[in-house]
Amino acid sequence: MELTDERIKELQSKANDIRVSIIESLIKAGSGHTAGPLDMADIFTVLFFHTLNHKPKKPDWPERDRLVLSNGHICPVLYSTMAHVGYFSLEELGTLRRLGSRLQGHPHRDFLPMLEMSSGPLGSGLSQAVGMALGDKMDHGLTGKRRIYALLSDGEMECGQTWEAAMLGGKEKLHNLCAIVDRNNIQIDGYTENVMPLESLSEKWRAWNWHVIEIDGHNIEEIADAFEAAKSIFGQPTVIIAHTIAGKGVKEFERDYRWHGKPPNKEEATMAIKELRTLGGKIKSEHE
Amino acid sequence: MLNPDLKLNTKLFDKDVEQVPIRRGFGEGLLAAGEKNKNVVGLCADLTESTQMHFFAEKFPQRFVEMGVAEQNMASVASGMAAMGKIPFISSYAMFSPGRNWEQIRTTICYNDRPVKIAGSHTGVSVGPDGGTHQALEDIALARVLPRMVVISPCDAIEARKATEASVATNTPVYIRLAREKTPLMTTDKTPFKIGQAQIFWKGNKPKVGIIATGALLHQALLSAKELREKKIEVDVLNLSTIKPLDRKSLAALANRVKGVVTVEEHQVMGGMGSAVAEFLAEYRPLPMRFIGVQDQFGQSGTPEELIAHYGMDAKAIVDAVKELI
Repeated sequence: MELTDERIKELQSKANDIRVSIIESLIKAGSGHTAGPLDMADIFTVLFFHTLNHKPKKPDWPERDRLVLSNGHICPVLYSTMAHVGYFSLEELGTLRRLGSRLQGHPHRDFLPMLEMSSGPLGSGLSQAVGMALGDKMDHGLTGKRRIYALLSDGEMECGQTWEAAMLGGKEKLHNLCAIVDRNNIQIDGYTENVMPLESLSEKWRAWNWHVIEIDGHNIEEIADAFEAAKSIFGQPTVIIAHTIAGKGVKEFERDYRWHGKPPNKEEATMAIKELRTLGGKIKSEHE
Repeated sequence: MLNPDLKLNTKLFDKDVEQVPIRRGFGEGLLAAGEKNKNVVGLCADLTESTQMHFFAEKFPQRFVEMGVAEQNMASVASGMAAMGKIPFISSYAMFSPGRNWEQIRTTICYNDRPVKIAGSHTGVSVGPDGGTHQALEDIALARVLPRMVVISPCDAIEARKATEASVATNTPVYIRLAREKTPLMTTDKTPFKIGQAQIFWKGNKPKVGIIATGALLHQALLSAKELREKKIEVDVLNLSTIKPLDRKSLAALANRVKGVVTVEEHQVMGGMGSAVAEFLAEYRPLPMRFIGVQDQFGQSGTPEELIAHYGMDAKAIVDAVKELI
C-alpha cells in the first residue's frame, strides 16, 4: 500500500491505539515491562500494518516474512500489535502473564504457535534470524521473496553472541536479513553508556560488513522508508539503528530507565491512557 | 556369553580387535544422512575435521556453514535454520557444545522445540594428553536435564553411525556423545539399533549383578563379565546407549533378574547415566548399586589407558565393584 499522508496519519493513530493496549494489558497483568514496548510501538505498527508480507488469518503461510523478537521482554508491544492486526482478539490481551495464557511473560511458541520464536534471554535472537536467513538463502539464493527481520534491544549489543551473529551475517552476505536496534539508551541498571558504552554502534556494524541506516524510530515515514531501502541492498545484511525515546508517548515515563522493567500502577496507567488518547492524531505534529 | 541375537563382533575380545574412533562413525553417518535427505545441513565451530564433519562439508559445501569459534552462535543459528525446515547438525568438542553454549541449547533449541542435532566430541578422560580442559565429563548431565532432549552415547563407531542416521527422523533435539580415541568395535553392521532401545550384550546364567554401561567403556564391562565368569560370578551386561528417553522396560527386566547393579560411564558420577538409572530403580525396585565413573574431580594429561585406570573405570574396577555387591 502506498504511504500517503493519509496512510501515515492512520498508522500514527494505530500506534497510539497499540500504546493504549500495552498500558491496559500491563495494568491487568500487574507486572511486565513498560518503556521498551511503548518506544517500539511505531516500528511494530509499520512492520505489521505496512512492511511485512504476512497473513494474520493464516499464520503458517510458508511464504511469509519472518519476524524474530530477540528482546522478548517487550512482548506487550508484539502481542498488542498482533491483536490489532487480527492474529487474535483484543480481549485476549487481558490474559497477559496469567497461568495458562497464550500470552506468556516472555513469548513462548508452545503456548502461541503463531510466534516465529520463543525468546527472552538476550543476545540470541540475531543468531536465530541469521539461521533463518541462511536457510532461506540455501534454498532460494538471491531470488528468495521472504525477508527476515530481527528486532534487538541496544542493551543486548553488549552480548558477545550478538557480535558472533553479526560477524556471520556479514560474512554470509545475507541480503534477506534486516536487523533493527531499538536505540533507546536505557537498560535495567541505567543508561547504556554508563552501564557499558556501546558507541559507536554504527561503526561497529559497518565493520561487520552490514549496511547501516539510522532513523528516528518514531517517524512513520522514516521507518517505512528504511525497510524499503533495505530491500534494495545486496551483498550485505542491513541494520536499522532506530533512535527512540524510552517510554515514548507518556511524558511521565519518557527517557527514564526506571520504567524498563515495571508496569504502571492504576493511577499511573489512568494518566498514561488519558495522555495517549488525548494526543489523538497529533503525534507527528508534536514531533515536528 | 555374548548375545548371539545381536550379531556382535565375534572378535571383540581379541587383542587385535579392530579399533575405530567413535567420532568417525558420526562423520560417516552424517555423510549418509546428507545423501538421503537434502534438508540435512552441517555447522561446525572451527573443528570440522576433528569432529569428522569434513566428510559432509566436502561433499555438500553448499549445505555446510563454517561458524568460526562461536559455539553459542552456532546453537542459535541452527535453531533458526531448523525453523526454516532444515535438519541441522552442529559439532564441536562437548566442553563447548553443550558446555559453553548450554543456555542457547536450552532456550533456542529445546524451549523453541527445534530438532537440532548436537554432536559433542572429545568426551571423557580418554581424550588423553590434551588434559582436563578438553575432557568433557559433565555433558550427559547437561544434556539429559533439558526437556525434549534425546541423549545418545554410542558404544562404538558403528553404533555412532547408526545413531547419527536415526537421529534425522526424530523431530526432537538430540545430543550424540562422541569420543576422540580409537575404541574397539563391539557391534557390526548387522547389529540392530533403535533409539531408546537398550540391549543385553552379555547374558549371564542366573546373573547376580547387572552391569549397565554406556559409551566405549562398554568394552571394559564386557571384559569384566568374561573375567567374572572365569571366577564363577555371573552377570548381565546392558548397553544403555540411549540415556534419554530411558528404556524403562529393559531396565525393569534386568532389575528383576539381579540383586545389584553397577553402572559404568566415562563421565562424572553425579548427574550422569548412573544417576538416570538410579532415579528409575529407586522408584521401581531399589537395588544396591555401585557407580563406576569420575568421582567429582577433573581429568588430567596422560594416555587414555593410564587415565581410565587412574580414575577407576577399567575392567578391574568393574570386577571389584561387582564383587562388592555379592
